[in-house]
Amino acid sequence: MTPYGNILFFIIIGILLLPTVIAGLRGKPAKNYNILISILILALIFGNSLNGSISLILFTVFQLLLIIGYQPYRSQKNNSYVFISAVLLSILPLVLVKVLPLLGLHHLFGFLGVSYITFKSVQMILETRDGLLKEKISFIELAYFLLFFPTVSSGPIDRWRRFQKDLHTIPSGEEYKKLLLSGINYIFVGFLYKFILAYLIYNYAIVFLPDQTYNYLTPFQGQIAYMYAYSFYLFFDFAGYSAFAVGVSRIMGIQTPVNFNRPFSSRNIKDFWNRWHMSLSFWFRDYVYMRFVFWMTKKKWIKNKYTISYIGFFLLFFLMGIWHGLEWHYIVYGLYHAFLIISFDKFERWNKKHKRWPKNKWTHAIGVFITFNAVCFGFYIFSGILF
Amino acid sequence: MEKQQILDMLVEICEDDIILENPDLDLFEEGLLDSFGTINLLVEIENRFNISVPITDFNREEWNTPNRIAGKLAERQ
Repeated sequence: MTPYGNILFFIIIGILLLPTVIAGLRGKPAKNYNILISILILALIFGNSLNGSISLILFTVFQLLLIIGYQPYRSQKNNSYVFISAVLLSILPLVLVKVLPLLGLHHLFGFLGVSYITFKSVQMILETRDGLLKEKISFIELAYFLLFFPTVSSGPIDRWRRFQKDLHTIPSGEEYKKLLLSGINYIFVGFLYKFILAYLIYNYAIVFLPDQTYNYLTPFQGQIAYMYAYSFYLFFDFAGYSAFAVGVSRIMGIQTPVNFNRPFSSRNIKDFWNRWHMSLSFWFRDYVYMRFVFWMTKKKWIKNKYTISYIGFFLLFFLMGIWHGLEWHYIVYGLYHAFLIISFDKFERWNKKHKRWPKNKWTHAIGVFITFNAVCFGFYIFSGILF
Repeated sequence: MEKQQILDMLVEICEDDIILENPDLDLFEEGLLDSFGTINLLVEIENRFNISVPITDFNREEWNTPNRIAGKLAERQ
């Protein structure tokens, strides 16, 4: 069963979460019950494929052993090669999932959510290396974090230290009531976005585009209409899913970070990446770009710090592109965004010196217009309709 | 480590004197600091004060104003 795919899923989790809600409103903990129903719901999500279930179990145990095994090692020693090996081992299954189909080995290994679990796992190894995770980690809590069912299929990507804090906080009845109401609110936003708006855009616009418009539109207009319709569809579909994930998490007492913050009102491309699929872009920002720039700055192999930053952006968006899939349109999408952000950065620095582009409501409006169109063109590439 | 030294460092990194006028300014909101600026800040903190702050420990909500940065660094000394 696909999470949040149909009304039956909502009815099932609604019934299973009733005891959670009752305990919460009374200010009582529901952690153990939540862990128990998570196993049931995971079985429901993954149970239709034996291959998928076995892959998921083996994969999760592998990641758990890696994280729990690296921790005691790190408290004694800090060899860089051991650290790099741990990270490479952690991403190896994801790489196999992406590469095996290219070698004609379909369905050998792979399941829903593999990349989102990998993000969480890699993040923990990096934070252990940084010396931020010193306390002993419970095997069950860690498994619960990696497989947290509301976000297991497509995020948002939570952070362990934040998640664990929520897990150990028992809100008072009054605090829980607020959490519950905001959770329900998110779920209804999700219904509006995914099952109404995304559904309507898909069935009344995208199916006819770009070239089934009965001559209402020229071929060029058809492509343009497709570009905008697809961009809005993508937003409402994914923001709707993310709202479900955030809403259900809150009912379970976990404040999963939000993924979208009005991305189409971004004033520039940097602003856009702080508002679109935020948990993913922050992951790449913190664990790829910043680490790379920090490391290169300290090694002093390249003198110019802006050059380092641009290589960092290039790396970030290239990886983000191939993460979506090893296909040309995803790679070009990544490089396109690297190009946009580097160009904007150059402009921003030029303007800091020359002050030709003042900060006022007109330049703000122009900025939003340009960013919106540049971003939609990016989604047009991403859709795969071009190549 | 004196507070003035921290403010001077921030002025150099953000390339703006406004920090001296208002040490409670949100550096990320104002566009004075971004991920790139953060890295330069962390490298400078290490060079000047010999305090190493892991990237993942630099939380934007807690390190967003000159006063807060000074406070965080004082804790770690």
